[in-house]
Amino acid sequence: MCDQIIRLALAALVIGVSFGSDSVFAASAEKGKAAFLKYGCWQCHGTQGQGSVATSNGKVLAPDPLPYEAFSAFVRSTDGAMPPYSVNVLPDAELADIHAYLASVPKAAEYKNIPLLSR
Amino acid sequence: MARKNSRPKVDRRKFLTGAAVAATATAVKSSAVNATGAAGATAARMPSALPPNAQTIAAETTTPQELSRIGGVAGSDFMVDVIKSLDIKYLPANCASSYRGIHESLINYGGNKMPEFLTCMHEESAIGMAHGYFKASGKPLMSLCHGTVGLQHATMAIYNAWCDRVPVIIMGGNDLDAAHRPPGVPTFHSAQDINALVRDFTKWDDTPVSLQHFAQSFVRAYKIALTPPYGPVMISLDAGLQQEPIRRNGEEVYIPRYTPTSPPQGDTGAVKEAARLLVKAQNPVIVVDRAARTENGVRLLVQLAEALQARVVDMGGRMNFPKTHYLSAPISAVNNADVIIGMELSDFWGVVNSYIDNGEHGIGINRSKIKPDTKLISISSVELNTKANYQDFQRFQSVDVAMAADAEVTLPALIEAVQSAIPNDSKAAIERRGEAAKKARTEGRARTLQLAALAWDASPISTARLVMETWGQIKDLNWSLVASSGNVSNWPNRLWPMEKYHHWLGGPGGYGVGYGAPASVGAALANRDLGRFSVSIQSDGDLMYAPGVLWTAAKHKIPLLAVMHNNRGYHQELMHVQRLSNFRNRVANLGNDLGPIGTSIMNPDIEYHKFAESMGWWAKGPIKDPAELGPAIREAVAVVQSGQPALVNVWTQPR
Repeated sequence: MCDQIIRLALAALVIGVSFGSDSVFAASAEKGKAAFLKYGCWQCHGTQGQGSVATSNGKVLAPDPLPYEAFSAFVRSTDGAMPPYSVNVLPDAELADIHAYLASVPKAAEYKNIPLLSR
Repeated sequence: MARKNSRPKVDRRKFLTGAAVAATATAVKSSAVNATGAAGATAARMPSALPPNAQTIAAETTTPQELSRIGGVAGSDFMVDVIKSLDIKYLPANCASSYRGIHESLINYGGNKMPEFLTCMHEESAIGMAHGYFKASGKPLMSLCHGTVGLQHATMAIYNAWCDRVPVIIMGGNDLDAAHRPPGVPTFHSAQDINALVRDFTKWDDTPVSLQHFAQSFVRAYKIALTPPYGPVMISLDAGLQQEPIRRNGEEVYIPRYTPTSPPQGDTGAVKEAARLLVKAQNPVIVVDRAARTENGVRLLVQLAEALQARVVDMGGRMNFPKTHYLSAPISAVNNADVIIGMELSDFWGVVNSYIDNGEHGIGINRSKIKPDTKLISISSVELNTKANYQDFQRFQSVDVAMAADAEVTLPALIEAVQSAIPNDSKAAIERRGEAAKKARTEGRARTLQLAALAWDASPISTARLVMETWGQIKDLNWSLVASSGNVSNWPNRLWPMEKYHHWLGGPGGYGVGYGAPASVGAALANRDLGRFSVSIQSDGDLMYAPGVLWTAAKHKIPLLAVMHNNRGYHQELMHVQRLSNFRNRVANLGNDLGPIGTSIMNPDIEYHKFAESMGWWAKGPIKDPAELGPAIREAVAVVQSGQPALVNVWTQPR
C-alpha cells in the first residue's frame, strides 16, 4: 500500500512537471482508474494495464506508460488495431487521469520470486 | 397405441415388400427368440398344485394383451446389430419420438451397451460431447436426434466438428410417409430431406429406404467419417423403417465388413521437391495446426524438426509439437523464414499475412508478414473435401508446392526425403541453427514468465494466475486439458509443459461458442476410461448456451475439473462494440454495466457454482481473491479424483 501511495504521488508529479497546466496538474490516478474502466481501456489492456497477447498484441501499459505526449498522440490518432479515442469521446483531463493511473500501478514482482512461475 | 400399423400385411413401402431377410447375424436370430419369448408363447407354466401368482391370474382372467404388435423382429433390432459391429462405445443424445424404434432396440435388445445411451439435455451438447470424446480417444461416437427440431439444435455443434475435422455419426429420426405418419406434432417434425440442413458441413449423408440399405449406409458413413480428413456424417432414419419388422422373402440382410481406408499420402515427386526446398533453406520454419492426429504424429514432427533443426510454430488446433522442445517457437518465427511448410493449416493466409481491423472502409489493413521470396509448401487433406457455401476454407493463399494429402501419413516419407537430401557440408550450419533456436527459446521463455507475473495479485484474478494456480494442483497427475473456452491469452499453451498428444485437445474449429462445456464432458468421458485427469478452463458465456450438460456429467459420473474463466461478459463482442463506437466518434453506452449494452453478463451476476451444485456437481465460488484460488482448486481436484465433476467459479480479468 505504501509503495502504491508513493507511486501515485510520483505519477502526479511527473505529469505536472511534463505539462505544467492546472488541468493536467490535477491529474488523478484514482479518477484515472475509474476512467480506465469507463472508457473501455480495460477491455483489451486488463484492469492494471497488463495487456494480453490476445487483445493488445502483448502491449504492457503499466507501470511505465509512454511519456504523456507520445501516449496522448497514440490514443488520439492510432491507425492500428486499437481504435483511436477522439477528444469528443475521451476528454483531455480524463486521458491525463488515465496516464496517472497507469503510472501508479505497482511494478510486478520478478517471476523468479513467484513460486508457481519459477519452477 | 401403436404409432402406425406396421404389420407385414400392410405394405407401407412397396420397395420393402421384396426385401427379404434371413438372419445372417446371430444377433438377428436371437432377437427373433426374444420376440417369441416376449409374446409369451413358450412361457413355462408353474405346477398346478401351487397357488397362481398375480401374473398367472392376470393371464388367465383378463383380456390377453398383444405383447408384440409388429409380428416379427423389429427392423431397428437389426440396425442395432449393424451399429454394434463397429464398436461404438457411447451414444450421447436427447430423446425424441422420431427415433423411438431404434431407441427401444438400443436399450432393450442391445442391452444399452456398445453403445451406451447417455442422456443429454440438448442436441448441441450431444454432438459437442462426441466431438470432445473423439479428440481424447481417437474413437468416434454416434448421436441420435429429431430430424428437424433436434437437428436444428445440433447444427452449430456439427459445424464445429466439420471445421475441426472431427468424425461424428449423426442419425436423425424422420417420418417420411405423409399418408401414414401421425398428424400434428410428428408431421411438424418431419421433412422431405432433413439432411439438407447440414449437407453443407457434413462429409456425406444418406436416407436409407430398406434395412439392407441402412446397413450399407451406416458402415459407409462410418468409413467416410474416419478417413482423413475426418468429418461428421449424417443419416436420415425413417421412423417406419425402424418400426417395421424384418421380412423374410428370400433375400438375406447382412452386415458389411468395415475396413479402414488408408489416408491419402503426398505424391512422391511433391514430397521430394518439398524436402529439397527445406534442406536448401537457411531458415526453414514448420507451421502446424492439425498435423498430428495421434501421439505418433507428435513424434514424427519432432523427427522432422530435429532433422532440419527447424523451428516449429504450433497453431494449436491439436497438440502437435511439445511445448518444452527448444524448437517450439511463436508465430513471429515466420517473419524471417525463407521456406515455410504448413501442415493441415486451417488458415495458411492468416499465418503469412496480418489483418488489422482499423475501421478503414470496412476492409482493414492487410500486410504480408513474410519476405517476398519466401517459398511456401502446403500439406493439407482438407483440399480433398472442400465445399462451397460455408467459408471455412479461408482466404486463398498461393503456395509453391501443394499436396492434397494427410500430413501425418506423409511425414515418414518427408522425413526420409529430408534426411537423404541433406548434404554433409550443411550439417554444421544446421547444428548452428539449432543452437540459435535454443537461445531464442530460453530468452522467450523468460519474457513469457515475466509477462505472466503482471497483475499477479489483481482482483479480478489475472488469467495467467488462473492458469498457473490450476497447473499447480494438477501437475503431478496424468492430466489432459480438454478445452479452454473464452480466451485466457493462450496461457496454458505458453506456460504448461504440454508434451503428449492428450495434453491439449484444441478448440472448437468453427469458433461456435458453446463448444467448451459439452466437449469437455465428452473428452472427460474418454479420459475417465483411459485413466487420465481432465481439466477445462470454462468460460461463462460458453457455459450458458446449454448448461444442462453439467447434469449429464453428474448423471453418468464423468469426472471433470472445470475452472471458470468468468469475466462476466461476451468479451469478444464487447470489444467489437467499443471499437465501432470509437470509429464512429461516439461514447459507448454501457448502461449500468462495464461493457457496452448487450455484451455484459452482470447485474445480476450468475452464481455458476450454485447451479452446478443443483445439477450434482461439487462446486465453489465465486473466488475473487487470488490467494483463495489455489486452495479451492486443490479441494476440487480431490473431488474429481474420487470420480465426481467439480467446478470452481473464478472472477477473472477479461483476457
